[in-house]
Amino acid sequence: MSKMAASSGRVLLKSFVQGCCGCYSVILPSIARNVILQKPAVTVLARLVCTSSTLQRKNIAAAGPEKYTQEFIKKQIEEFNIGKRHLANMMGEDPETFTQEGIDRAIAYLFPSGLFEKRARPVMKHPDEIFPKQRAVQWGEDGRPFHFLFYTGKQSYYSLMHDTFGKFLDIYKYQYGMRAEGLFSQDTKQVNLIGSRWMIKEELEEILVQPISDHDCLRFIQLLERILALPYCSIEEEYIQRFRRALEVQSKKQKIEPLQYDENEVAFSIGEGRRKTATATATVRDNGSGNITVNGVDYLLYFPVLQDREQLMFPFQFLDRLGKHDMECKVTGGGRSAQAGAIRLATARALLSFITENEVESMRQAGLLTPDPRVKERQKPGQEGARRKFTWNKR
Amino acid sequence: MAVGLLKKALPRLGSAVPAWPGVRCMTSRLYGTVAAQTQIHQPDDSVGSDKILTEPLKHPDFFHLSELFSLKDLFDARVHLGHKIGCRHRLMEQYLFGCRLEQDILDLDQTMEHLQQALNFTAHVAYHRGIILFVSRNRQFTHLIESMARDCGEYAHCRYWQGGLLTNANVQYGKGVRLPDLIVFLSTLNNVFQQHVAVRDAAKMNIPTVGIVDSNCNPSLLTYPVPGNDDSSPAVELYCRLFRMTINRAKDKRKQMEILYGLKSQND
Repeated sequence: MSKMAASSGRVLLKSFVQGCCGCYSVILPSIARNVILQKPAVTVLARLVCTSSTLQRKNIAAAGPEKYTQEFIKKQIEEFNIGKRHLANMMGEDPETFTQEGIDRAIAYLFPSGLFEKRARPVMKHPDEIFPKQRAVQWGEDGRPFHFLFYTGKQSYYSLMHDTFGKFLDIYKYQYGMRAEGLFSQDTKQVNLIGSRWMIKEELEEILVQPISDHDCLRFIQLLERILALPYCSIEEEYIQRFRRALEVQSKKQKIEPLQYDENEVAFSIGEGRRKTATATATVRDNGSGNITVNGVDYLLYFPVLQDREQLMFPFQFLDRLGKHDMECKVTGGGRSAQAGAIRLATARALLSFITENEVESMRQAGLLTPDPRVKERQKPGQEGARRKFTWNKR
Repeated sequence: MAVGLLKKALPRLGSAVPAWPGVRCMTSRLYGTVAAQTQIHQPDDSVGSDKILTEPLKHPDFFHLSELFSLKDLFDARVHLGHKIGCRHRLMEQYLFGCRLEQDILDLDQTMEHLQQALNFTAHVAYHRGIILFVSRNRQFTHLIESMARDCGEYAHCRYWQGGLLTNANVQYGKGVRLPDLIVFLSTLNNVFQQHVAVRDAAKMNIPTVGIVDSNCNPSLLTYPVPGNDDSSPAVELYCRLFRMTINRAKDKRKQMEILYGLKSQND
């Protein structure tokens, strides 16, 4: 009650003194406290408190990201749709079939911008892409949250863990039942895991719509692995496959040229290869006897060093086709080792047309089809070479 | 009194300061205490809603919870078994019946009384539509407790407790969140055998707590401690069943009372 007296007194005084830049008097609690009756005469301590507009200004940074209400977003979507139709009319196109690409073209035409930064140019997109997604309020009118794991903080992740463990328990109970009936057996249908990998943290976050940590992701994968260790895991195969992603098969990425036939009906194939500054074009012919010609010259004369000739031979040796093909190639640039490497890559690429897919995969794994990315590193200013520094002088 | 002081101190405000009705003369002899303003009691417009809220408080066992469990049930569920003597907490000595072969045995008579009071309080909270949060850090029973909470329509937290969940709720959950009205601990210890942070935080936030305290736990901060075993699965399953039945009973009773007194007030 006495505190109420003080506060109302404060309010009244404030209304009197409001004019001058936010100064107001504060009645200190010493008179609000009930100093009763023994000494009724109490000194009034009124202190002039001056505040400025800078102190009263709201701390914008602490409020967090701007929040948009549902009505605001709905209104923006309506305006976007109406604007899209107007734009279609302006450009002379059909409003019904006006796509986002059409909008982009129209905006680029109507508002030409010379700005270099693409993100600074005018843009017209669906409000869902512009305004960041906000999480809807998680509780009802009476304040009770909707989800039973709301108070954990990470409700979607923990509910996923709860459901997955529920599946684990179901399989365990089934196994127990089978054991009780005497029908238990270890050789049951196993889940096929070849050619797929577990989801990564980013993909899990996308599903859960909630940030999780590496530790959480690891725990979830461990729980799934535990389920897979049970004999009857095929019951929940569908649930587990939801969390696996297919691996891309690398060998399918290789471009294999079809075989060509020349006038004697001998099959041949052409391949190109590069190494450092050397480029080579190789033509591999079938029904040969292992003759190799480089720039019109026999390979023994062109490459006197054994190491280079071994490089030429390697693709054939790998495929056990040493004496079966003829090879003719042209090579320019580079040094002797670079030219040998370039011809090797060209030969391997040419041979792709002659062999099966498994052999292609084994060649890829052997490294015959990978172009060597190493080139001469540039020299830097202040140094003598790419890495070598100038001789260090003490004085 | 303060009104008079205020008028003396700032005479120009004398006319502005109103006289509050119901201000009592301060007769307390203690320096520094503030007398509370008497509330002018407004009579309830609907007698029915008043009845719904006050009727359960008139009976000691409104929800007939004593028929849900008996001493033999507790014994069969191994509720009386505690930990070894070395783990005994000093404050739990009052709840021990004795000790056999270096294992503490809890007094089931005391457990019965405490459990009755705890279940009664839980039922009343559920009757008044309060939020009940089940907490336990025993990983063996996480799934069981979470399923039980979901079946009741209440909430569970059997996972890693982040620091400011209760004390920093506006930042953790969002503005305007409603905190639990009752926290039930099915095990007051966490994985490193220290007292769960939620016990202290609930006491800080004035949230009543019900907790199953084993012979190595500290019962002091809990409002309704229940001495009992928190490690055996039959015991924990028994507790889950009891809490589920009390909450369901309380909610059903609430619906019944609403229908009953709703009809009555309509008739009147």
